[in-house]
Amino acid sequence: MSITRDEVAHLARLSRLALGDEELDHFAAQLDGIISAVARVQEVAAGDIPATSHALPLTNVFRPDEVRSGLTAEEALSGAPATERDRFRVPRILEEEA
Amino acid sequence: MAKAELMDYDKALELFEPVLGFEVHVELNTKTKMFSDAPNFFGGEPNTNITPVDLGLPGSLPVVNETAIRYSISLGLALGCQIAESSRFARKNYFYPDLAKNYQISQFDEPIAYEGSVDVELASGRVVTVEIERAHMEEDAGKLTHIGGATGRIQGAEYSLVDYNRAGVPLVEIVTKMITGAEHDAPELAKAYVSTIRDIIVSLGISDAKMERGNIRCDANISLSPRGSGKLGTRTETKNVNSLRSVERAIRYEIQRQAAILAKGGTIIQETRHWHEDTGQTSAGRPKSDADDYRYFPEPDLLPVVPGIALIEELRAALPEAPAIRRKRLKEAWSFSDLEFQDVVNAGLLVEIEETVAEGAMAQSARKWWMGEIARIANERGVDAATLVTPIDVSSLIALIDSGELTDRLARQVLEGVIAGEGTPSAVVAARGLKVVSDDGALIAAIDEALAAQPDVLEKIRDGKVQAAGAVIGAVMKAMKGTADAARVRELVLERAGQ
Repeated sequence: MSITRDEVAHLARLSRLALGDEELDHFAAQLDGIISAVARVQEVAAGDIPATSHALPLTNVFRPDEVRSGLTAEEALSGAPATERDRFRVPRILEEEA
Repeated sequence: MAKAELMDYDKALELFEPVLGFEVHVELNTKTKMFSDAPNFFGGEPNTNITPVDLGLPGSLPVVNETAIRYSISLGLALGCQIAESSRFARKNYFYPDLAKNYQISQFDEPIAYEGSVDVELASGRVVTVEIERAHMEEDAGKLTHIGGATGRIQGAEYSLVDYNRAGVPLVEIVTKMITGAEHDAPELAKAYVSTIRDIIVSLGISDAKMERGNIRCDANISLSPRGSGKLGTRTETKNVNSLRSVERAIRYEIQRQAAILAKGGTIIQETRHWHEDTGQTSAGRPKSDADDYRYFPEPDLLPVVPGIALIEELRAALPEAPAIRRKRLKEAWSFSDLEFQDVVNAGLLVEIEETVAEGAMAQSARKWWMGEIARIANERGVDAATLVTPIDVSSLIALIDSGELTDRLARQVLEGVIAGEGTPSAVVAARGLKVVSDDGALIAAIDEALAAQPDVLEKIRDGKVQAAGAVIGAVMKAMKGTADAARVRELVLERAGQ
C-alpha cells in the first residue's frame, strides 16, 4: 500500500489546498509512510473478516420523528462572517467566465 | 444563449438509438429532517428551520430519523427492490456552499434498496419495464440565491446567499439502470416513468410529490448510440427538469441536439446540462471532471442500518396496491373507456382525478374538467395541470355545477378566478357575483327586453318554429353575461309563446 505524489497533488486540489512542489514532496513522503504503517493491519485482516466502519457493535440508532425547537435565524447567522436578508452571504462561487 | 443546431427527430432516430437513465430525487414528507429534529417544512423565513446539525456546527452530531428509514424501505419495496440486510451512510465530499459541512451525507456502496423494477405504460399500451439499480437515502442541500449578474444564474454572479432551511431534508434518490430499446418512445417513456414514480410515492403517502416545489426532481441521462455500431455514446445529464412536460421535452431536445453534433462528426462532451423551461432548450453546465471525485467514505458519525425481516415484512404487508392493479381498479370504478383512461394516464392526471373523485365528484365530471379546461390552460401556460388548482377546488366547482348554481360557462370563469388565486370556487362565486340567476323575475325582465327587440319571435314559435327561441335565449344570456340558467330561460320563452 502506498500513495504517489500525483495522488497527493490530486487530493490537495480536491481539498482546495495550494501546495508548492516542495510541500508536495514533503507531504507525499510523509503520507506514504503513514499509509504503509496503517496498511500493516491488512496482514491480520484475513478475507473472512468483513470491513468495518465503526468500532462499536451497534446498529439502528434512531430518533423519533418529532420536532424540537432549533435555532432562530439570528442564532443561526450569529457566526457568519457576512449575512444579507437573513441569509448567509458567500463569496462568488464560479470564477469569471474566460 | 446561442441556439443549438437540432436534427429532425425522426431522422435522429433513424441514425441513432437513444439510451436513457434517470435519477429521481424524492423529498420525504417526514415531520423532521433526515439527521436533525428541525422541521421539514417548505417555505418559511430563511434559516429558521435549522439546528446546529444542519449547519454542521462543531460538536453537533447527526441522528437518523426513524420515519425516514421506514419511508425509504417502503419506497424500495414498492419499486420491487431488495432491502439491504445492512446499509450504511457515506460522506460525499465536495466544496459548494449549499451544504455547510463540505460534504453531504448520502449512501454509496451500501444503499438501503437495490435491484428493482417498475413497469411503465405508454399511450400505445406498450409496457416498458424500467430496471432500478438502487434507491438510496441522503440529505437535501440548502437553497442558493445568486446576486449580481443579469440572469440570477450562478454565472456572472458577484456573490450568493444561502438559506439552509432545505438542508438536511430527507431524500431518496432512485437510480435506474441503463434503459435501451425505448426508441421513438424515449421522450414519452421519460415522462411516463417520472409520472409512475410520482403515482407510487403519492399512493405511499411519503412525499408531498409536487414537482413544481422540487419534491420530485429528475436528472435525465441520455446518450446516442450510432445504429449498428454496438457502441454506447457519451452521455449528458440534464438537470432542473421540474415538470412532467419538461422531462419529455428535455429528452426530445437532447436527442435532436446530440444527433446534430454527432452527424457532423462532432463529439458529445460529458457534462451536466441545465433545462430552461422558458426557451425549451438545455445549456451547458459544469463539465464532468475530477471535481466529481467525491472521495466517498463511510460516515463515522452514523451506525449501520439493519432493518430486520420483521420490519421489512411489516412494511411490505402495508404496501398499497401496485400501479398496474390500481389502474385497472380505477378504470373499472370510473367506467372510463380505454381511450379516456389512457389519455388521463398520459396526461399524468390519475392522482388528481382520483383525489377529485374522493372529494365527491363524479369521475366523468372530474375527467372533463382536468382533461378539458384545466389541461387547456396548463398547456397555454406551459405548466403541469396539477400546479394550477387542487382536487378539492375542482370537486367544489363540480358540486356547484351539479347543484345548478353554475353553468359550465360560469364555471370556467370561476376556475379562472381560482387559478388566479382569488380563493375557493365559492369565494370566487361570491366575489365575482357569478351565480346562475334562476330567479324568474329577473329572467322574465330580460326576456321581455329581448322580445321587444325581436317582436316576431313569439309568432314564429307559435307557427311551430320552436328553434326561433334560440335567438331570445342567446340575447338573454348575453344581457345577463352568462349568468342565466339557459334551460329555465327556454321554458319561460316557450311559456310566453303559449307553448
